[in-house]
Amino acid sequence: MAGLGPAIHVFLLGHEDVDARDKPGHDVSTVAAFMTIALPAAGIPQRTKLDLSRPILILFAAVLCALIVLPMSWLVYYSLVDRGGAFTLGNFVTLATDPTFIDPLLTTLILAVSSSIICCAVAAPMGWLVARTDLPLRRTVRALVTASFVTPPFLGAIAWELLAAPNSGLLNKLYRAVTGAPQDEHLFNIYSLEGVIFVISCYTFPYVFVLLANALDRIPGDLEDASSILGGRTWTTARRITIPLALPALVAGALVAFLQAMTLFGSPAILAIPAGFHTMTTKIWSLFNYPPKPELAAAASIPLLVLTVLLLRGEHLVLGRRGYSVVGGKGGDPRLIRLGSLQWLALAFVFLVLLCPVFLPYGALLNATFSRVATSFVWFDNFTLHNIYFVFFELSATPLAVKNTFVLGISSATVGTILALVIAYLTSRRAIRGYRTLGFLATAPVAIPGIVLGVGLFLSYARPPLVLYGTLWILFLAFVTIALPAAYQQMQSAFRAVHPDLEDASRILGSSRLRTLRDITAPLLRTSVIATWCFIFVGVIRELSAAIMLFTSETKVISVLIFDLNESGDLGAISVLGLIMLAITFTVVIAVNRIPGFGDARLRNA
Amino acid sequence: MSKFPFSRRDVLKASAALGASVFAAPSRAQAEASPITPELVAAARKEGKLAFYTAMDLPVAEKFGKTFEAKFPGITVRVERSGAERVFQRIGQEMDSRIHAVDVVNSADGAHFIVWKRNDWLAPYLPEEVARHYPPQYYDPDGLWVTTRVWLSSLGYNTNLVKPEEAPKSFADLLDPKWMGKMVKAHPAYSGTIMTATFQIVRELGWGYLEKLARQKVMQVQSSTDPPKKLALGERAVMADGNDYNLVQLKEAGQPVEVVYPQEGTPLVTGPSAVFKSAPNPNAARLFQNWLHSLEAQQLLVDFARQHSVHPLVQEKPGARKLSDIKLWKDDPAGVEQASEQIKARYAQIFRV
Repeated sequence: MAGLGPAIHVFLLGHEDVDARDKPGHDVSTVAAFMTIALPAAGIPQRTKLDLSRPILILFAAVLCALIVLPMSWLVYYSLVDRGGAFTLGNFVTLATDPTFIDPLLTTLILAVSSSIICCAVAAPMGWLVARTDLPLRRTVRALVTASFVTPPFLGAIAWELLAAPNSGLLNKLYRAVTGAPQDEHLFNIYSLEGVIFVISCYTFPYVFVLLANALDRIPGDLEDASSILGGRTWTTARRITIPLALPALVAGALVAFLQAMTLFGSPAILAIPAGFHTMTTKIWSLFNYPPKPELAAAASIPLLVLTVLLLRGEHLVLGRRGYSVVGGKGGDPRLIRLGSLQWLALAFVFLVLLCPVFLPYGALLNATFSRVATSFVWFDNFTLHNIYFVFFELSATPLAVKNTFVLGISSATVGTILALVIAYLTSRRAIRGYRTLGFLATAPVAIPGIVLGVGLFLSYARPPLVLYGTLWILFLAFVTIALPAAYQQMQSAFRAVHPDLEDASRILGSSRLRTLRDITAPLLRTSVIATWCFIFVGVIRELSAAIMLFTSETKVISVLIFDLNESGDLGAISVLGLIMLAITFTVVIAVNRIPGFGDARLRNA
Repeated sequence: MSKFPFSRRDVLKASAALGASVFAAPSRAQAEASPITPELVAAARKEGKLAFYTAMDLPVAEKFGKTFEAKFPGITVRVERSGAERVFQRIGQEMDSRIHAVDVVNSADGAHFIVWKRNDWLAPYLPEEVARHYPPQYYDPDGLWVTTRVWLSSLGYNTNLVKPEEAPKSFADLLDPKWMGKMVKAHPAYSGTIMTATFQIVRELGWGYLEKLARQKVMQVQSSTDPPKKLALGERAVMADGNDYNLVQLKEAGQPVEVVYPQEGTPLVTGPSAVFKSAPNPNAARLFQNWLHSLEAQQLLVDFARQHSVHPLVQEKPGARKLSDIKLWKDDPAGVEQASEQIKARYAQIFRV
């Protein structure tokens, strides 16, 4: 561009003809110059087009406040009052001194940290193998990780009960048959802290994998090419280019895994209670068994909330303000690392990992579906179709539960995605004042265990003026609120990877924020938007902790039905329902993505 | 009285206990007995559905629902099954929020009906067959509830894992160190059966017994229908409490389980049913309540569910264990109602969950 060097040039928006042609050699500096000027100029109101964007953005902010602040304020209120309604700090005192509260808190922390570490240790190599190497069956691996994400953790816990219960578990039976060990001995005991950690890790590692694989997908090849050209070997390139660029995703993933593990209810309720210990979530749930003690439960959730806030601040400090944009309108295909003979080792590793969340549990559920006794191997003498018949023709709660689940899944996913998209835009582009608070509010629900959010919503909406308890609306609110943090994090990662200068180019040429969002940013984020929709849909199907507080007999969902059935020990029915649930979810996810495999609508070919 | 399932002594014991309870109000005129009339059936059919909240084992409850649907086509039965204590909690929550969804309830804990009667939530409806045949202590004179079923919370063992001569024969036997880590039991905060059984165990054997039992590292499940199923799976060798009828069903289906009635005495559990005043389908509810206590349904209870009926005309299966042959402990719903909270709290303290 003649005449424009690396100096700062002032020009008025919309009054001069700006030549925005791409010119090699000048690109970096001219773009930087445009950017330096463009950002402050963006604040100047652009006739009436900009004014329309603002009210809409503020409306979203208000909706978010109402959605999150209302139940949270009830929570804080209840934590600071006693039975009679008078102000007291007694609840916190009880919390700090009563061992029946301290033990679950410690257990929860150990659980969350261990799960997070295991998830990262497993998901990181897998993500790298799938995204940056020529591992065969890469797309299949991605699909199978999606499968393990889609599986609800409580269903996985029940399936692992079938596999690893100390005396009746299928794996233990195999072990005894192979080694000839006596009846008393077992290889695995799923009813233990290790068992709970294992099962939680199985169904939380997809979060880390997805974030990491997507981030690694977006790293353009020319950065690594540059490193190779300058003489760096494969490992040096990986260490100094790839890993730092993937670090934000890994940190975000580790955080999500930690928080998921901390707030899960179903798996601990199914595996820890028979073993005789509580985690924070099951303890809080037990405080609501009639007569409910909401004050103690609210007080018990405050430490979890504080912990999450600290972790989020920590993440911000670690990642800082460094930009990790890799989509800047320029890029090349990633250079896939050739594994050669190592590919068999890599495949074996991947296969072993996927055994735990997918192959073994699904196999156990299939076995239990067709077997008269759930933990006996299906053979000619105990094959039966009775379980299937029972669920389809006798279990009267099935049709209603399936319908409710579908309705809630689709509506929550749609509304949640729109919300997450707009809020992530607002915070990552700093479009309105107070965007930091908005970001905090969007992420805050992640610290509230689903069960406590359920209680907060119950306390907010079970009384006039707005009585939503007993309708699907209260469940809808709960699901959207719960899904929002993860969806927001995903969209924020996606936004971070898209550099602002693409949008600024559009704004320089005169379009409003909303138009830019629609025409430039949204298409670039299409993959992430679809992924987020599926994410939320799947998240709703597998949600149990809030649903179990808020459902009534007419608003039951499949997850609650399965949990109820597990409490009465009807394993055959659970297996059939679980497989139906998985079938529905897979069908919807595949239909939405149109092609089997995860994140296929990418900017480049696999 | 050869057809009557209880001995005279049992009847006297039971009536004495019930007479001392809140239920038996002295010399009150009985509610009007209502038969199944074509008008009732037509009105029920117009409503077309009903919600049946119950603590029965799920296949049993669904069987009742399906049999009713077959007999009265056009009326769909939706079964809401959970532990009796949970059902009580959910109904309380729904009624507090003015959600009227429950039509008929069958609970495993008689104490609930004391509370519901006090809250004036139950509709007076006395089926004609009940008024004609049932002994008076098995239904409320105002027709607010009727005893639908009777069963026991027994011990049990898996015959593949335990030889009959080694099997426990009493509550005291369960404290033997050889059963450490080999037992399963259910939870009184979930199950009405277990709440009743725990109340009776505490009354007869004291809290000290439960404290010793807790040291045996017992696997803690929720529903009283679960320990028998865990025995059939082979997950544990012995059950410390749970429904005897599930064990009988499993045994008759060829599973390797056996029932044991402890020597000290076996907790007796009665399961009444009632119609709610605020039922959204009142006619269907009354029809169901009527049918549930008819000879046909009670015979199904004995034949399929393997429980005991108070209907005098019901035939027990030949070779089935009669209630009169077992040493029973007294049922005491009023006592359970008073002690329920304390039992839940202390149990959670002892068993840590």
